[in-house]
Amino acid sequence: MNRTFKPTDLLWYGLLAALALLPLVPRLLANSFTAHVCILILLFASMAQSWNLLGGYCGQVSFGHSVFFGIGAYGAGIAMVTYQSTPWIGILVGALAAAAASALISYPCFRLKGHYFAIATFAIVEIFNRLFMVWDWIGGAMGLDYPILDDSWKHFMWSTNKTGYYYGALALFVLVFSLVRWIERHRLGYYLRAVREGQETAESLGVDSTRVKLSAMALSAFLAALCGAFFAQYNYRVDPPMVMSLDMSMRFVLITILGGVGTFYGPLLGAVILIPLQEYTRAYMSHLGTGVDLIVFGLIIILMMVKQPRGIMGVLADLKRLSGPARSAEVK
Amino acid sequence: MPLLDVQNLTMRFGSLLANCEVSFSVEPGTIVGLIGPNGAGKTTLFNCVAGLYKPSGGRILFDGRDVTGLPSHRIARLGVARTFQVVRPLKEMTVLDNVLVGSYLRHRNPRKALAVAEECIERCFMKAWRDKPAGDLTMGNKKRLEVARALATNPKLLLLDESVAGLTSTEVREMVTLIRAIQDSGITILMVEHIMEAIMPIADKIVVLNGGVKIAEAPPGVVVEDERVITAYLGEKFSQRLKARREANGNA
Repeated sequence: MNRTFKPTDLLWYGLLAALALLPLVPRLLANSFTAHVCILILLFASMAQSWNLLGGYCGQVSFGHSVFFGIGAYGAGIAMVTYQSTPWIGILVGALAAAAASALISYPCFRLKGHYFAIATFAIVEIFNRLFMVWDWIGGAMGLDYPILDDSWKHFMWSTNKTGYYYGALALFVLVFSLVRWIERHRLGYYLRAVREGQETAESLGVDSTRVKLSAMALSAFLAALCGAFFAQYNYRVDPPMVMSLDMSMRFVLITILGGVGTFYGPLLGAVILIPLQEYTRAYMSHLGTGVDLIVFGLIIILMMVKQPRGIMGVLADLKRLSGPARSAEVK
Repeated sequence: MPLLDVQNLTMRFGSLLANCEVSFSVEPGTIVGLIGPNGAGKTTLFNCVAGLYKPSGGRILFDGRDVTGLPSHRIARLGVARTFQVVRPLKEMTVLDNVLVGSYLRHRNPRKALAVAEECIERCFMKAWRDKPAGDLTMGNKKRLEVARALATNPKLLLLDESVAGLTSTEVREMVTLIRAIQDSGITILMVEHIMEAIMPIADKIVVLNGGVKIAEAPPGVVVEDERVITAYLGEKFSQRLKARREANGNA
């Protein structure tokens, strides 16, 4: 852990610099559709990464993340619509509420292992969806519609162009990815993976597995809620089916699986492939009927599961291994 | 004061009595061997001491403190490390990462944890495999990894569950040397073992279990002469024959 600069650091900081400078490229983000796709990539990569912390590193597959995403979205929505104020406090309260809810929900669920944990989280989405549908104080099934306010960071709202949202999404992306990167290199990261690889073994080495799983869950839910808040701000509204649905939960899971579960760049790669696919098929192939993007999405996932279950990161590792010996042969 | 004091330990699984009123102690700095035929309850006893099972009765004192029924992560924190009979590498992680999980118990700082892990890898002769995934190792190396990982938690008491079984004769010798070196560094060792060549020369005391009951607790030289131990291992008939032959020799 000395302070020398590793090639992977260079890749990461280079990527961040490129993303920060992207809006300066003339005419690139002037097209609001391109900007929209870029924003969604950053948002969904962040969502997938927040899920990856629990599902990938710690091995606890959750289909309940749309609940935390939704709580975060409502946090921002309630602050904007019900209290007519800036969303920022609502974002924080929502994220904390999501973390608390996740701990309450997962404490009993963590007694279940493997598939049974995953199945339990399915049920939770339905429970919260129904609950929010009938809860009138937060708009019930109608949801919350945002008032149109001045463009500003205070309102986290821009109606003339998308540069503000782009930087907002980038900030979210940097926060989520940097946190996961930090965790990966510190004690918690090793404990998460140890719990995934063998809970009893981890316990024998002094790892309090329940505490580790709860921390991963709470952190993961907190970050997912921040993503949800951004989503509500970006769409000017929030209602239960839009945020708390199995469909939304699946996106957290499938993007990560496509990119590579338990890897740092996996969630980003998954989002880079799936989001443009989703948005462009939706835009250009909609005459074929709704759901074309989901059909393509499903086919890619099936193909990936059959050919390389470790996702794109697995494919890249295979390529590296294949090219490795060949390259050294050339040197000779 | 003994480092580990097991008092009247009883472990029941339903109607099966795996350990019955077992008592023995482990003095600091010694190597104690736990032997017995298959199904004698050795691993069960280990699992009770390590906190994997909650004993049905009796007490376990570690370092003067009652640790009966504590969860295994708390027992590890107090200074008891263990290896598993059926090796359990954290497969997708490298050898170094496996050992780091152990060393993070005492060192939060990644640099310190890394230094301790490197040292433990070196001590267990695993430097060449440092960056290999633990799942790809040979059996001998997996057993050594178990030891390295346990050592990294900086234990006072190391529980070795058949660390020698299943190794080649060269690997057995290496493991015995390693265990001696660990004892020399001041760590107390309680080991379950079937391979007598491995345990008899290094143990200060042997505890023999049979059918869940302790039948002997004595230095190795005494234990091998013990009639009940010979009976347990070789059967009543052989024991009687041996006794008769000994008496005949004595009379001559």
